[in-house]
Amino acid sequence: MKVNETAAIASAFQEIKEKADSRWQGLRENGKPFILVGAATCGRAAGALEVLQTLRDEVKKRKLDVPVIEVGCMGHCYAEPLVIVSKPGYPPICYGHVNEVIAERLVRDFLLGDDLCLEFILGALEENDLVPSFQDFPRAGYEQKVILENCGHLDPEEIGHYISEGGYAALTKALQMEPENVIEEVGKSGLRGRGGAGFPTGQKWRVCRSAPGRTKYVVCNGDEGDPGAFMDRVILESDPHSVLEGMIIAGYATGARYGYIYVRAEYPLAVHRVEVAINQAKKQGLLGKNILGSEYSFSIELFRGSGAFVCGEETALIASLEGEAGMPRHRPPYPSDRGLYGKPTLINNVKTLANIRHIIEKGADWFAGIGTGESKGTAVFALAGKIVSTGLVEVPMGTTLRQVIFDVGSGIPEGKKFKAVQIGGPSGGCLPESALDLPIDFDSLKSAGAMMGSGGMVVLDEDDCMVEIARYFLEFTQKESCGKCTLCRLGTKQMLEILSDITCGEGKMEDLEVLAGLAEDVKAGSLCGLGRTAPNPVLSTLRYFRDEYEAHILEGRCPALMCLPLIAYYILRDKCERSCDACIGTCTVEAISPDKKRIKVIDQEKCVKCGTCLTSCPPQYDAIIKLSPPSEVPADKK
Amino acid sequence: MAKKQSKKEIAEAAAAKKETVKVLEGFGKKKGSLIPILQKVQGKLGYLPRVAMLEIAQFLGISAIEVYSVVTFYNQFRLNPPGKHSIRVCLGTACHMKGGYITLDAWKRRLNIDVRQTTPDREFDLDSVACVGCCVMAPVTVVDDKPEGQVEPTKVDGILLAFEREREQKGKKSQ
Repeated sequence: MKVNETAAIASAFQEIKEKADSRWQGLRENGKPFILVGAATCGRAAGALEVLQTLRDEVKKRKLDVPVIEVGCMGHCYAEPLVIVSKPGYPPICYGHVNEVIAERLVRDFLLGDDLCLEFILGALEENDLVPSFQDFPRAGYEQKVILENCGHLDPEEIGHYISEGGYAALTKALQMEPENVIEEVGKSGLRGRGGAGFPTGQKWRVCRSAPGRTKYVVCNGDEGDPGAFMDRVILESDPHSVLEGMIIAGYATGARYGYIYVRAEYPLAVHRVEVAINQAKKQGLLGKNILGSEYSFSIELFRGSGAFVCGEETALIASLEGEAGMPRHRPPYPSDRGLYGKPTLINNVKTLANIRHIIEKGADWFAGIGTGESKGTAVFALAGKIVSTGLVEVPMGTTLRQVIFDVGSGIPEGKKFKAVQIGGPSGGCLPESALDLPIDFDSLKSAGAMMGSGGMVVLDEDDCMVEIARYFLEFTQKESCGKCTLCRLGTKQMLEILSDITCGEGKMEDLEVLAGLAEDVKAGSLCGLGRTAPNPVLSTLRYFRDEYEAHILEGRCPALMCLPLIAYYILRDKCERSCDACIGTCTVEAISPDKKRIKVIDQEKCVKCGTCLTSCPPQYDAIIKLSPPSEVPADKK
Repeated sequence: MAKKQSKKEIAEAAAAKKETVKVLEGFGKKKGSLIPILQKVQGKLGYLPRVAMLEIAQFLGISAIEVYSVVTFYNQFRLNPPGKHSIRVCLGTACHMKGGYITLDAWKRRLNIDVRQTTPDREFDLDSVACVGCCVMAPVTVVDDKPEGQVEPTKVDGILLAFEREREQKGKKSQ
């Protein structure tokens, strides 16, 4: 590369950066207050848009010069909506569970007055002497934010904000390197694909670069279909430019000129923000012809998925891009040899691409310093289910499951007992307490019967039935199976029928052997990842929770009291309070009525087992219980 | 078609055809545009009627059955008209474990329709969705594109009541 070209690239970027800095750096340094509101999908569901509007109205009403900025998700989803107030003289403070009333108080009492509104504080962003900070949380000792660092702190619809925080510097650096050296750096870092399988990223890039042909493609796989996983959504909604930057670098390194970013249609906000990001990057000359004045040109097109789980599989995704039904194709040839329209195609997951800028900027050695021997870098998990601090966490590879669940996620709510953690969605498995000390990396999870998958982690407690969760996942994969391979199409259906029988109390002991045999057949006889991993939830629950299967089959009993056909709701006669009608009022199907003594009785024929009465029964009486099997219900005298 | 179309149906089909042609103007004639075209047409019409699919097939120079096979492969596309309000019950893992299936039952019971159906008065259509990524608020129901958190059977009744009141007020205004 010519010296004057690299100089031109650097100066072109310098110009953009100075403009961005003058607007956004000022925000932090010129001593003016500002407010950030977390308004990703999770925040919006909790009412963030109403809070945003209230804050804007209040600021306007009081004629304050305080920008109210909409940002993405910080990961503390359990406390949504989140608002960060930055006022000179104070550390930036994050408030949780903010509603319109609290929003008004923040403006009136904190911005205009000196009342910190202590009762609503979640934590300060920096260590200080005034209020507890996030660094004081127990989880701070385990977390290490790399790709989530900017999420929730940047305006995702303002490219300038991203640039002033160091964005697109890695692209500028990469454009001044030889493409081979970029690949070398990524390879040396030890980064492995974050979509689940963990293929070495550098190797994939190298294959794609050396594949013959002039037309090549880069595809970002944002078809995050695993139920219970939302990491890609948060990154695309909170920091879309980090993914675009990774794509452009990948394109430069592999010699591709066209890119597609494939986002699930179920994520309308992510689609919108990616669209805005692409347009802004084009305007700044960071996308399109002769990026930053270099000889390299790259364009990115947004493609919306249409709701098919199997399209997360790379060859199915390619079929979908080509306008076909998303059916997986045989590999080899791998897409990096022959992919989209038969051309070499590099497909990387959202998180993989979001890591690239950090590797290029801070170096492969820095990245390789995080994590374990074979799994480098950080792992991002979406914590959901029966856990106190639901949300997103990013920890170095090698952290144990116990640390993530109990230290970072603060354990199980309501004093319940931990039963299992489901990792990797429909492709993963359920791991019991005994597996909690496993370090999280690609290989150890696989040997325990689960997999990294895309990083969804659903915690299950004593009220969750393991047979039911296996049935649930199989129902999902059976429905989403594209139907191409016989064993996946028919095998999952048979497995589902057996599991449904068991959860209805109609299973037989020999079913368990058939189930295990079918599971192996489906694994062996399927083309793509969907079929090959679909039996994992069944196999892992059979391995660790066989006793629950047996209770369903032999006793007709669901130990977790979850399978509806095997339970009944019952009102304890000695506990029911005569003057209380709470359950009658809330029953959605009018199945509860008082008897002659005004003791409430459930009509088992009418009851749909929705559990509303159990919630409504006042805690001082606590008269409603679940029984399994239903034959336990005493025949009451009417 | 064996069934004779009413005047209203013919008019509806003509309008749908016109709208489809308008959408097609913005696209190139390559197979890769098929899914974006379908998405845009559904965005305009709310569903993909027969005439629209025929028009698209002709435009792309592919057979109608190819269009139909793609439409029926993906969960997002619908073949019948939507209701005024859309109800999407999330059945992701977290929602399921927190009783999403009980919530879905409650919707079915109240609206008296099954999933992927529309109420006869075309007020509501009901569907399930694999996961909207708001697992923290489980169980989630997406009502008219807005994710509502902690939707249990009693909240189902609450949401329906709010719509009913809205309708009543509109009725009063128009009187």
